[in-house]
Amino acid sequence: MRNRFGLLGAAMLGLGVASASAQEVARVGVILPMTGPFASTGKQVVAGMRLYLAQHGDVVAGRRIELLLKDDGGVPDVTKRLAQELVINDHVVALGGFGLTPLALAASSVATQAKVPEIVMAAATSSITEASPYISRTSQALPQTVAPFTDWCIANGIRSVVTIVTDYGPGYDAEKWFKEPFEKQGGKVVAALRVPVANPDFAPFLQRAADAKPDAIFIFVPAGVGAVVMKQFAERGLDKAGVRLIGTGDVVDDDLLNNMGDVTLGMITSQHYSAAHDSDLNRRFVADFGKANEGMRPNFMGVSGYDGMALIARAIARTGGDTDGTKLIEAMKGQSWESPRGPVLIDPATREIVQNDYIRRTERRDGQLWNIEFATIPMVRDPAKAGK
Amino acid sequence: MLTNLFDGFAYGMLLFVLACGLAVTLGLMNLVNLAHGAFAMAGGYVCMILVNRHGVPFFAGLPIAFIVCAALGVVAERLLYTHIYRRSHLDQVLFCIGLIFMVDAVVDYFQGPQQQFINIPDFLKDRFEFLGVSVGAYRLLIIGVCGLIAVSLQLVLTRTRFGSRLRAAVDDRRVARGMGINVDLVFMLTFAVGSGLAGLGGALGAEILGLDPTFPLKYMIYFLIVVTVGGTASITGPFLASLLLGVADVAGKYYIPDFGAFVIYTVMILVLIWRPQGLFGRVATR
Repeated sequence: MRNRFGLLGAAMLGLGVASASAQEVARVGVILPMTGPFASTGKQVVAGMRLYLAQHGDVVAGRRIELLLKDDGGVPDVTKRLAQELVINDHVVALGGFGLTPLALAASSVATQAKVPEIVMAAATSSITEASPYISRTSQALPQTVAPFTDWCIANGIRSVVTIVTDYGPGYDAEKWFKEPFEKQGGKVVAALRVPVANPDFAPFLQRAADAKPDAIFIFVPAGVGAVVMKQFAERGLDKAGVRLIGTGDVVDDDLLNNMGDVTLGMITSQHYSAAHDSDLNRRFVADFGKANEGMRPNFMGVSGYDGMALIARAIARTGGDTDGTKLIEAMKGQSWESPRGPVLIDPATREIVQNDYIRRTERRDGQLWNIEFATIPMVRDPAKAGK
Repeated sequence: MLTNLFDGFAYGMLLFVLACGLAVTLGLMNLVNLAHGAFAMAGGYVCMILVNRHGVPFFAGLPIAFIVCAALGVVAERLLYTHIYRRSHLDQVLFCIGLIFMVDAVVDYFQGPQQQFINIPDFLKDRFEFLGVSVGAYRLLIIGVCGLIAVSLQLVLTRTRFGSRLRAAVDDRRVARGMGINVDLVFMLTFAVGSGLAGLGGALGAEILGLDPTFPLKYMIYFLIVVTVGGTASITGPFLASLLLGVADVAGKYYIPDFGAFVIYTVMILVLIWRPQGLFGRVATR
């Protein structure tokens, strides 16, 4: 009911067969969680990929690109098995998707051994691109959006912060990459709280944060949970006490933002993409994305899928249609183009994306909630890899 | 300090309303209804759809959630559970887990996997000082409603004819039937009330616990802890257990955040070492 991708895909396939039956097919294996708690990630990424092909045509350098979508349900073992099947049985030229860090890592050995590029379009742990020389990424490395945020905090009079992160890998990343640069610039993290993954009530954590009387509370939690935190933040009267709530853009996910309601208003976040990004390319992207997906608004996952497809298509164009995996990953290095999020570049040394980081405020415009960008930190490289 | 106690109480009360139906079906009807959380989730979604999409006032949404879930309980009891009363506990567990997965998938299909929120009236979002304690209006409401429910349940069970019939039916089904008690009807009503209360708890708790298709699995552990710690012989047991766990959980996460997530389990282990049948459990007689 919510998902008409099947129809769309069939329609596109029909088009392809009619117009380009003479071309050789280049299959791209897409592995995403399409069911289970992370299904929204999968839906966004695949919608972004399909939109790119719909807008730009699916024939590149004489090759007709065909997507093979597989659902791993968020389970790493399944991801790995699907990656193997796609490489061996379907002879895919590249793998794409990968909703969570463990899923991206599960497929990395397949990418290395089969010499097939693995394009990570969602998972955000910094170390992923180091797991295989065939991995490139179009989503983000989490430190990219966390570390530059501390500059803004210091410049805006935030000196003491309580961090609240979910107790899992990306949470530790966020905590670490906030604390280090923040304290280097004279700030102080007065308490670093970790919330269990399955946590029913945030009251004790927020109360503890409130008693520390910080200038701001920095949160990094999954998007749905973020709304619970924001509600309880307001319920506890912290907003009226002058404490600011700040975080990465994950907690004000564009896909869910309107459902979260007015508690998000005024929230300051840092991220690489907002659906409200002010450019003609992005306006067209958001409009077409909504049209193809029953009004769904693209979020940072959607744009990563779009750019992931762009990266694969650009690499095939650069090799002139040669789909050898090693040549493709070489052709991806140093690619730069204009994305709906702004300018992006694939760092030739690390295969990691380099992109702008934006500081945004959540506001109501035309009856809807948007994350309005008001400051830009241009072309941020993953700080976790900068020292290496 | 007192604020923590208050938050813990509110959380514990909520746990009680969510879990008391489970205590009743498990203790009184000897049915391991792990799918109990599914009724709570149903209540949350019913209330959310009515309040957010059809403009029904929040305070009307709560009783409707109760009634709808009670009705769902009757249907499920007649159609499904009646077949597994006499089966082994393993069969019951397998059946319930299967049911949870099906309900998850159905809710995911129609409502999507994201978190849902119920639009509560503005005055419930307030916070005020009471005798020096900072108190949230919504949590106060939870304590009020749940306290009322606990007292009335206890009164119904101990002071009314229906209560004595239920206890009789549980103690010895055959003799009760011989005395002219319609045991099936008593069980059906009990099941309906338990499911309805879960639904009410789900609707009331969405603001604090969140609401998404994985709700029944996510909170199953908490319901089970309440029931094991409190014992299933009475309403008082699970009630006090809920309060104890609520306060211990909140206080633990506040004072020792690194260890906070485990406090609730530590309390459970200690209680069970001390009293394996639960705080107020009776030793099995049958």
